[in-house]
Amino acid sequence: MNAAELTIAQLRDAYSQGVLTPADALQSLAKSIDEKDGDIGGYLSHDLDRALADAESVDMSKPLGGVPIAIKDLINAKGHPCAAASKILHGKYTSPYDATVVRKLREAGAIPFGRANMDEFAMGSSNENSGIKPCRNPHDTDRIPGGSSGGSAAVVAANISIAALGTDTGGSIRQPASLCGVVGVKPTYGRVSRYGLIAFASSLDQCGPLTKTVQDAALVLQTIAGPCERDSTCLDEPVPDYTAAIGQDIKGLKVGLPKEYFAEGLDPAVKEKVEEALRTLESLGAETVEISLPNTEHAVATYYIIATAEASANLARFDGVRYGHRSAEADDLLGVYELSRDEGFGAEVKRRILLGTYVLSSGYYDAYYLRAQKVRTLIRKDFTEAFQQVDVIASPVSPTPAFKIGEKSSDPLAMYLADIYTISANLAGICGISVPCGTVDEGGSDLPVGLQLLGKPLGESDLFRTAHAFEQA
Amino acid sequence: MNVRDVAHLARIRLTDEEATEYQSQLDQILQYIEQLNQIDIEGIEPTAHAEDIFDVIREDAAIAKHQLSQEAVLANAPETAHDQIKMPKVVE
Repeated sequence: MNAAELTIAQLRDAYSQGVLTPADALQSLAKSIDEKDGDIGGYLSHDLDRALADAESVDMSKPLGGVPIAIKDLINAKGHPCAAASKILHGKYTSPYDATVVRKLREAGAIPFGRANMDEFAMGSSNENSGIKPCRNPHDTDRIPGGSSGGSAAVVAANISIAALGTDTGGSIRQPASLCGVVGVKPTYGRVSRYGLIAFASSLDQCGPLTKTVQDAALVLQTIAGPCERDSTCLDEPVPDYTAAIGQDIKGLKVGLPKEYFAEGLDPAVKEKVEEALRTLESLGAETVEISLPNTEHAVATYYIIATAEASANLARFDGVRYGHRSAEADDLLGVYELSRDEGFGAEVKRRILLGTYVLSSGYYDAYYLRAQKVRTLIRKDFTEAFQQVDVIASPVSPTPAFKIGEKSSDPLAMYLADIYTISANLAGICGISVPCGTVDEGGSDLPVGLQLLGKPLGESDLFRTAHAFEQA
Repeated sequence: MNVRDVAHLARIRLTDEEATEYQSQLDQILQYIEQLNQIDIEGIEPTAHAEDIFDVIREDAAIAKHQLSQEAVLANAPETAHDQIKMPKVVE
């Protein structure tokens, strides 16, 4: 039995039957990583010795006892390197503390194992912006895995991880999950603590699971969600039993189909797969209803003002002073700041910091940032009104399947426009899941396509119920 | 938008190549963003935050279990001396 190929549920079964120990599972994973990750680049590093040591003191009676989980490189795990896949931190920062999500995983018996590759500081939709090394889609290694949680999605898809944590600011869990053929969940904003995550956009970021099955995703979210005294934006709401939603039927469920998400720009082969999925939902008793989200066309512009503005503030801390890269050429304070940052940050990060700085600067704040915050209200209202008519919303995740590495990297704006189906959910703060719904043939490769389901704030149970029913059909 | 002025605000020292490349890329993105100016936002409140929670505060007191030791903090510093982070001279 190759433990690397198991789901969390199967691994826990194997443990309870005495067929495997956590040390066995870790050895299997390490072997699979050695065999396959050279071609994929999903891991920036993995520390088997540390994980084996953790495994010795794990409480196997806990829900995730002995389960290794890959951690996206912007999440602090005590004693692990943490670099957000950036040269400004790579090799120069070891986490002195656990993020709340990592602490909660450990309390549930899970073992953080492996640092997952990503777009630098979560800025990207293809993992091509990793400041360390490329990551490739396991289904076709000439293609992107998606981003920014490309490594997290790739290692789960390639069976060199059991499950992974990612983060989603504009689609960065859902889109790579879709392109790699795994399950990915973006929780409601505030459902999961952001304490210990390297912040990109504080009003948009959420940490969530990437897994092989919907049931596994429910179990991981159950573990990491909940109130946190160290994150003032984290909701003081109890976590329902998400696993109870698994296995419930969806008879009578109203599924909204936003007409703006099925219009031009959507690859016909992707559209066909998503529409087949909708027919499956109908066969399970759901009712599809056309709805409109009229402010969809403004979402990308709104996002790229708000997210970059927040990022420019959040990345100001990378200044060469307290941690991370300090330029050897600097001989005065300004040099420490300016040279460390120019040397340490990649191009996309610099572009977004510059854009964000500009839209917040004196004379421009009202015209750009304040205006974008008002359009955000309109986008949020579109969803509030839609959820009065429907229980969940269904759509594609990405307008195309995984494109070839390098195909879009010289055109930042073209890359941004591909975020169109995922980005509004972050602006509105609602929850979403991507669940595999088949593959399309492109250039001789079978490329995964994901079905996106969006739920109202704190509506994760409906997402799990629907996604699981679909997965099992 | 002058990329060199903005870079100074952002404390990033761009090379000439970067300044040229980013100027045109950012101009293109800003042009795309102009579309927001056509929307009627009369009477609309800004959303700074996806949820309607406000004024989440705590006691203004140190919490021992949340603190890092001096050793832990200095461990990641680029240069240290005398239990402090060492920097080039700031004040002449």
